[in-house]
Amino acid sequence: MGMDINTKKLKKNAFRVSKERGIGAARIRVPGGYLDAEILGMVQEISQTYGNGYVHLTTRQGFEIEGIRFEDMEAINKKLQPIIEKLEINQEEPGAGYPASGTRNISACIGNNVCPFANYNTAELAKKIEKKVFPNDLHFKIACTGCSNDCAKARMHDFGIIGMTMPQYDPSRCVSCQACIKGCRSLSVDALRMENYKIVRDTEKCIGCGVCITKCPTRALTRSKKKYYKLAIMGRTGKRNPRLGKDFLVWADEENIIKIILNTYRFVKEYISPNAPGGKEHIGYIIDRVGFEEYKKWALDGVELMPETILNDCIYWDGIHFDNQGK
Amino acid sequence: MGYQLTKTQMDELFRELSETYDLYAPVLMKGEGCFSETDVVRYGKVTSPDEIVWDRKSDYSYKETLLPINETLFYFTEDTASVPQGPKRDRLVFLRSCDLYGVKRLDEIYLKNGFSDYYYARIRERTKFVLMGCGTPCKSGFCVSMGTNRAENYDLYIKPDGELGYADCRCGELEEYFRKAGAVEARVVPDYAEENREQVTLPKKLSNESFTREIWNEYGARCIGCGRCNFVCPTCTCFTMQDVFYRDNEKAGERRRVWASCQVDGYTDIAGGISFRKTQGERFRFKVMHKIYDYEKRFGYPMCVGCGRCDDVCPEYISYSNCINRLAKEEEE
Repeated sequence: MGMDINTKKLKKNAFRVSKERGIGAARIRVPGGYLDAEILGMVQEISQTYGNGYVHLTTRQGFEIEGIRFEDMEAINKKLQPIIEKLEINQEEPGAGYPASGTRNISACIGNNVCPFANYNTAELAKKIEKKVFPNDLHFKIACTGCSNDCAKARMHDFGIIGMTMPQYDPSRCVSCQACIKGCRSLSVDALRMENYKIVRDTEKCIGCGVCITKCPTRALTRSKKKYYKLAIMGRTGKRNPRLGKDFLVWADEENIIKIILNTYRFVKEYISPNAPGGKEHIGYIIDRVGFEEYKKWALDGVELMPETILNDCIYWDGIHFDNQGK
Repeated sequence: MGYQLTKTQMDELFRELSETYDLYAPVLMKGEGCFSETDVVRYGKVTSPDEIVWDRKSDYSYKETLLPINETLFYFTEDTASVPQGPKRDRLVFLRSCDLYGVKRLDEIYLKNGFSDYYYARIRERTKFVLMGCGTPCKSGFCVSMGTNRAENYDLYIKPDGELGYADCRCGELEEYFRKAGAVEARVVPDYAEENREQVTLPKKLSNESFTREIWNEYGARCIGCGRCNFVCPTCTCFTMQDVFYRDNEKAGERRRVWASCQVDGYTDIAGGISFRKTQGERFRFKVMHKIYDYEKRFGYPMCVGCGRCDDVCPEYISYSNCINRLAKEEEE
């Protein structure tokens, strides 16, 4: 009797069809790449029981357990259950594994748990967004990165959430040492200068990275109480037209960003090509087809931005086009 | 006179004191640390004991309550100058034993070093000091080694203890507040640090010969010259002058004095483009030698009070206390 397997169902269940017949891989999403070390032991056990003993740390911060046999998928799903529960993944049927794989694992840099540059808890936000969007079969890539260094490569995502802080300056604590100016010049965008021995911030240039704050030796510069984010949209890799995401919102808040992401799911449902292979089409291509103005209408539905948020009304993406030999 | 108070009486005491005095104490500034979601403890105005951070040493010292980071000395126009008024109210500054010894150093420089500094004196005259205990000594301080663990010259000692509070009042002017609050008399002895985790031995044979030691080059290569060690220090007293000409009318302006750091570029710059201590190693050497050698040569006791704040704040993990111990050890060898 031949092997009769519904590969579409299998993929949706977060397994992969490998190049070796009858053999696949089990994919474990870890939102924000942040996990209790106990899970490592569980992954080890599955790999050594059902796989070939090797695990790939995926580019999206999950695990891919190699060399599993398709007939073991059900048993593996049972073994995945404690992992899914520990990671608090939304699930429809306990014991049935991951319910979707279209919307990719939401990745994050290490964030302010550890990194001195990070402006927020990236894993926490990744988990929060995961809760709102998963499970979903649409092909969305979302990443959270702590600052404009963008170690998470958020600009290569449909939604790149980049942490910002609004520098608060108390001139009465400033000693004119210029550590902030030097820091901004060497590590960031050179947005600070001194006038009459006090710091002037060029608000047009400032990207809210927070370097000046980490450099200040007297706490004259501190972080804003409010956390701010830059939302870069429609970055992508891929075969046709890879490109970096562009800033849609600057000095934005978490709630509105989540709203825009959820609105985009509705937009995609409406406009996705009926011929999209596997029901997946990069959102950017859909926007290219229907126009940014139409996308904006959908994305901003019900969104009330804070007065300080900058909305970029027109966005043109460039990137690499191969129809002119990549020039 | 020693007193015991209930929590309600403590609150009442602070309320009454706030009527007459500005109370400055270590306060938790939430989210105002260097890094995201980190706090800083530094001096702020309070009106109740609950606003004060009692269980942790402040990151920045009391110094800014006596010596503002920025202080306008006078405003000038084309032909007149006017001196801004001093503090309008008396103040109580809450601090720990090491810091109270720090006040002695500030007084030495600003009141007794040739002449009395007008600006410092007018704040200092209106200031009384409230000692905070060190029942659980901090991790980085070495006050016992420096002999600064047992300050006696406080005006008031206050210790909250759960539902109770204890005080030892040594200032006649403050006694009435305790009577008003209904405090009962008790024998109260301040909590002093008896022992520190950090112990420091001062080198005894420092001299100009010490300038050429290799150790300075080593620290010089690590130091980034940010000046944090100076700004948190309860004994650093250096300032620089800034003449500010207002941008919309350059015929008017003000002269300020602003905290300066011997580690930061510009400190030894003089006319003609000359700078004396160019390398970070030279600057570090100057600081250490000043704290434990130069000052002592002049005033008879070391400048450093062993609070350990410079060790806590250094982003490059340079330990000044370890440096001193290394200098002492090198002498033995």
